[in-house]
Amino acid sequence: MAWLGVLYIGSLLLLFATAFWHTDPFTSKVIPGFTLENFQELVVQEAYRNTAVRTIGIALAVTILCAALALPLGLFMAKVAGPKLRAILAIGITLPLWAGYLVKVFSWRITFSQGGPLDWVLAPLGVDGMGYGQPAVVVTLAYLWFPYMAVPVYTAFRQIPDNLFNASADLGAKSWGTIRTVALPLLKPALIAGSIFTFSLSLGDYIAAQFVGGKTQMIGTVIAQNINLNPPLAAAFGLVPILVVVAYLFLARKSGALDAL
Amino acid sequence: MTGTRSQTLEPPEQSLQAQAAISLRGIEKSFGAFTAVRNLDLDIASGEFFSLLGPSGSGKTTVLRMIAGFERPTDGSIELGGEMVTDKAPFERKVNTVFQDYALFPHLNVAQNVEYGLKLRKVPRAQRQQMVNDALEMIRLPQVARRLPSQLSGGQRQRVALARALILKPQVLLLDEPLGALDKQLREQMQIELKQIQREVGITFVFVTHDQEEALSLSDRVAVFNDGRIDQVGSPADLYERPATRFVASFLGHTNLIEGDLARQLLGAPGPFSLRPEHVRVAPSARAANDQQASLTATVREVVYTGSCTRFVASTPSGADIIFQELNGASTQPPQRGAEVVLEFDRRHAVAI
Repeated sequence: MAWLGVLYIGSLLLLFATAFWHTDPFTSKVIPGFTLENFQELVVQEAYRNTAVRTIGIALAVTILCAALALPLGLFMAKVAGPKLRAILAIGITLPLWAGYLVKVFSWRITFSQGGPLDWVLAPLGVDGMGYGQPAVVVTLAYLWFPYMAVPVYTAFRQIPDNLFNASADLGAKSWGTIRTVALPLLKPALIAGSIFTFSLSLGDYIAAQFVGGKTQMIGTVIAQNINLNPPLAAAFGLVPILVVVAYLFLARKSGALDAL
Repeated sequence: MTGTRSQTLEPPEQSLQAQAAISLRGIEKSFGAFTAVRNLDLDIASGEFFSLLGPSGSGKTTVLRMIAGFERPTDGSIELGGEMVTDKAPFERKVNTVFQDYALFPHLNVAQNVEYGLKLRKVPRAQRQQMVNDALEMIRLPQVARRLPSQLSGGQRQRVALARALILKPQVLLLDEPLGALDKQLREQMQIELKQIQREVGITFVFVTHDQEEALSLSDRVAVFNDGRIDQVGSPADLYERPATRFVASFLGHTNLIEGDLARQLLGAPGPFSLRPEHVRVAPSARAANDQQASLTATVREVVYTGSCTRFVASTPSGADIIFQELNGASTQPPQRGAEVVLEFDRRHAVAI
C-alpha cells in the first residue's frame, strides 16, 4: 500500500516538476530547469486554449446529459417500477460496465459511421445521422459514464421516503414544486457525487475523441501527441484537467454535498 | 353517483343543514385483488375530534389517505365541507395531514418546515415569519427554529409536524397514528396537548389509531373499523357501554362474552351478551338472588394486580371463563387464587350483541 502511494504520488510530483522543464528544440532532449514557457504556450496558442475549453465543455455536456437521463430513470425505478422491472433496469444499467472499454467505443464508432446503423434508422425520416464529431463524442462518453451517475441518483431516490412527497403535496405543492423543493435538494449529494465521476472521466478521455470525434481534439489528444516530442508541454497540459477537477471538488465540498462522505 | 348527490344538495337550506366537514358515500378501495375498504358511509361533523379505530389492516389508514387525496377510491364519493373532492389532488383539498413518521423535510430546518406551505401559498415574508413564530410558540418550541429535524427528539418532531399542518388553517386535520412512535409517558402527555390544541383551534380532527384507550380518551366520536368496514360509530361511552358487535365489545377494553347454555341460564336467552368486568362483583354472602341480579359460582384461577384495581379470571363449573375486576383499597378481603366465589351482576349490564 505504502509503495503504491509512493509510486502514485511520486509520478504525480514528477509530472508536476516536468511541466516546468523544457525541451531542447534541436536534440528533443528534456532539460531540467525552471521555466513557465510551457504554460505560457498553453495560454498563448489559440489551438491549445480552444482545446482546453472544448474539453471542459464536452465534460460538462456529458455530465448534464447523464444527469438529465438519470433523474427520470431514477424516479421511475425507485418509485414507479415493480421489483421485477426494477431489477431488470438495474442490470441493464450496470451490465455495460462489464464490457471492455474499446468494444463499447468501437460499437459507437460503427453506429455513427457514414451509412451506419444510425443513418439507417434516421433514413425514413429524411435525416442523416450526425456522423463523427463533437456531438458523437458527448453521446459516446455519456454512454460510457452513465452508470456512475445513474446508480447514486437511483439509490438516493430510493432513500427518500414516499411520505415526503405526500407531505409536500399535502402542504400544497404541485408535481414540479415537489421536485424542485424536496426531490432535487435531497438528490444534490448524489448528483454531485455522480458528476465528479462523469466530469473527471470525460476530462481525461481521448480515445473516444479519436474513434468518434472526427477532427475533434481533446486535452488527452494533445498530450498523446506531445508525449514523445515535447514531454514538458504534455505534462503542463496534463496538469490542466487535474487543476479543473481539484477546483470542481473544492466547489462540491463548499456546497456541502460531500459532508456525508 | 355524482349527479344524484349534487341534486340532493341543490337547495341551499339543505346544504346548510348538512354542515358535515367530511362526508363519505359508498367508498370502496381495492389494491389488486385485496379489498381494503368496502362500501363505507361516514359523516364527520365540523369541529369534531373523530377517531378511526381498528387493528392494523382494517382499512382505517386507507380511509384517511383517501380523504387526504393520496389514494383515489375505487368507487364512491368524498365531500369536504360540501365540496366534491373525490378526484382532486391533495394540494387542491383544504385538509392537512400529520404523518405517522412525521415526514418532516430533512434538508429544511424547523422554521423552514413550518413555513413550507405558507411559501407555496405566496404569503408575504413578514407575515410568514410572524405566523411561524406564533406556530412555534403554540407548540412551545420557539428555541428550536433553526435546528434540523434530525436534531430533534421524537416528541419535538411530532409537535413540529403538527405546527406545519395547522399553520395552513385547514378545514380538517388528518392525523395518522401520530403518537404511535412515542413512549408511553410522552404519548399520554401529547394526548392532553392534542386535545387542548384541538379545542383552541376548533378545527375538525380525524385521528387514526389502533390504541382503543387513546381513541376513547381523546374523541368526541369513534368509528370502529373491522376488516374494511365500520362496525359501529358512536361516542366513547356508547361504544364501551353498548357495543353493537362482538368485535367492538372485545376490541374496546376487556369483556366477557356470555353465550350458549350459560347465557340461557343467567339471562334467559342464548345471546351472545357482552358483560364488562367492572360490572361483575363478588356477591356479599347475605343476599338472596333477585330479579335484577344474576349470580353464578366460579373458581378463581388467576389474579392480576394492575395498580388501581385487581383483575380476576374465574372458571365456572361448565368451563367458561369470567373476568371480573375490583378496585383496590376496598375494605373487603379480595379473593385468593383457588377460592370458590359467588359472582353476581346486574342483568341490565349484559348487552346483547
